[in-house]
Amino acid sequence: MHRCLLAGMAAWLAAATPAAAFIAYVSNEKSNTVSVIDTDNWAVTKTIKVGQRPRGIDFTRDGKFVLVAVGDDDTIQVIDAATQQVVDTLPSGPDPELFVQDAAGKVLYVANENDNTVTVIDLEKRVRIGDVQVGVEPEGMAISPDGKILINTSETTNMAHFIDTATRQIVANVLVDGRPRFAEFKRDGSELWVSSEIGGTVSIIDPAKREVTGKITFSIPGMRREAIQPVGIGMTKDGKTAFVALGPANRIAIVDGASHQVTKYLLVGQRVWHMAFTPDEKYLLVTNGVSNDVSIIDVVAQKVIKTIQVGELPWGIAIAQP
Amino acid sequence: MFQAGSPSIVDTVEEESQGENMIRLFVGAIGLGVLATSALAADPVEIGIGYLHRAGIKPTLSLVEQPAENDGLAGARLAIEDNNTTGKFLNQHFTLEELRLKDGDDPARAAVALADRKIGFIIADLPADALLKAADAVRDRGTVLFNAGAIDDRLREQDCRANAIHAAPTRSMLADGLAQYLVWKQWKRWMLVVGSHEEDKLFAEALRRAASRFGAKIVQERVFEDSGGARRTDSGVTLIQRQMPVFTQQAPAYDVLVTADESEVFAPYLPYRTWDPRPVAGSAGLVPKSWDAAQDQWGAVQMQNRFLKLNSRHMTALDMQAWTAARMIGEAASRKNSGDPKSVLDFLKGPDFSIAAFKGQRLTLRDWNLQLRQPILLADGRMVVSVSPQEGFLHQVSELDTLGLDRPETKCRLH
Repeated sequence: MHRCLLAGMAAWLAAATPAAAFIAYVSNEKSNTVSVIDTDNWAVTKTIKVGQRPRGIDFTRDGKFVLVAVGDDDTIQVIDAATQQVVDTLPSGPDPELFVQDAAGKVLYVANENDNTVTVIDLEKRVRIGDVQVGVEPEGMAISPDGKILINTSETTNMAHFIDTATRQIVANVLVDGRPRFAEFKRDGSELWVSSEIGGTVSIIDPAKREVTGKITFSIPGMRREAIQPVGIGMTKDGKTAFVALGPANRIAIVDGASHQVTKYLLVGQRVWHMAFTPDEKYLLVTNGVSNDVSIIDVVAQKVIKTIQVGELPWGIAIAQP
Repeated sequence: MFQAGSPSIVDTVEEESQGENMIRLFVGAIGLGVLATSALAADPVEIGIGYLHRAGIKPTLSLVEQPAENDGLAGARLAIEDNNTTGKFLNQHFTLEELRLKDGDDPARAAVALADRKIGFIIADLPADALLKAADAVRDRGTVLFNAGAIDDRLREQDCRANAIHAAPTRSMLADGLAQYLVWKQWKRWMLVVGSHEEDKLFAEALRRAASRFGAKIVQERVFEDSGGARRTDSGVTLIQRQMPVFTQQAPAYDVLVTADESEVFAPYLPYRTWDPRPVAGSAGLVPKSWDAAQDQWGAVQMQNRFLKLNSRHMTALDMQAWTAARMIGEAASRKNSGDPKSVLDFLKGPDFSIAAFKGQRLTLRDWNLQLRQPILLADGRMVVSVSPQEGFLHQVSELDTLGLDRPETKCRLH
């Protein structure tokens, strides 16, 4: 009886109060800024000036800082999430683009496009502690849920490199379709997804066998095949639903996590690139590079509910996870 | 866990990073050992690529456009590096063997000499007739030629060869790329000025075809006779400033002056010197090409940086065409896990082949004549103004097939 009442109260509370407010940070590649979006009222609350060509962006694991790769300045800048100001830089290699942290938030792995390396940075000491030589134009970065394997994709070599995080040696190379841009593990570690921008596919890789076991293809009536260019991937924590940004096709494909079939295409802005979920997974925010805006997708309803104008060429997006 | 910088932390960091360096050296030594043993375990598959240059370098009117000695070759060299970075993961090793023809040299003998050295692929920067001689001489050897330098349509039409793949665009692709933009811009009335050399006339023919395909009108044609003489003289500018306005006066109403001057006799003199204030396009002004040093879209900056670092100069269209040719070989070799020319050729002709070349979309081969489909850049010497195909020029198979001769009109019979 008592419990029933509590549950009822909770339901009432949830209905009455707006969704918890989160803060999203969007890197604007051309305007050299980061737009800060309040997810409570879906508005840009601040625009932070950063270095040249900001692209890869993420929170530190403790949520206190936002890291943004500013490729043309050959560094990663550190934004204090409390003051929303740039407070420091990290010693990345030349032209950093995307990066990933280990589970503890102590080690940062950075793809350096210009010299075929992945740079390893100690986040606490802010020093470069190693490099791994990979293929031509390293880009996509992911870390396995058990933290043992780092994935890097190289755009001109067309491979997903499997790197042992303990020895920092490449232990396997898996060929995928042309220009692999982004890599994402399922939370249970059972699958690795790699998007190929020019190949037009997402490869499903078995991380244990280290081979491609399936490919997701996309087909949009009236859209020429060359315009379908998969880039960013977002997966729900339960691995049941995935969202794939299709670049100049201006659409997000919704993919069934089990069958790997596309179930729906959502029309968003022009040249849709990367994405981030709100921590409650109610909303997915995607960056539209050419139309200079961010589309908000209602994850359950599978609908675009709003568009927010940001800076020029929005590229990456990060939302703090509690 | 993350603090904004304080000097005391930096000090300890330096000490620790030295310790770290020691460890890294040690790890590096182990790494070398591992590499050496794996190399002993299996020698890499050697894939030799030949590079056959034409004799001499074409002089240009503009000093800044004078091609470097290694124009083209430098692009192939970068692709060999790229292929080898990939190859080290697949146990494949690519090498480039360069052969430059001198005036009077027989291209057939040169191609055979390369084939004799077990080279299965030849990237050729040769004039059309020499390219055909080279291709025919090694046909029975199974050697595949990659045409990086000849834009003649006939090499993909009546003179096509089953062992010649074309990485260079054709004149008709270049003309169509330009025409689509001029029509999109509503500059539909063209005055065409054609040089007196054979290749100028061929480009003019492609431009006339493009005009009629896309709805432009050539309101008048003029011929600029090459009367000989030096391309550079100390008093050049004064004379040219008088000649060019006179040459272009009394024209019917037109929107754009289109030039066909592959021979570099007059076109670069025309911008800013026409009688009527009109833009210039074609062989000068807005120029259609496969690549430009100013191209920075679609990840191209990485390519430009890599090229600049290796060669200490900017990347030209010929460099890009040779890079693409060598990358096509590398791409096929990695997919087929083989350096066998037949296996590579079969893959390139098949439905699974596509190559990324920093042009915003996949490039594929036209299976009826082995021409690489590709967007055409329109550059003014400082910037890339646009990239064709233009929006709205539709095609049932690929919008890239709105550029150049299409399947229904082909005269090519591959066998």
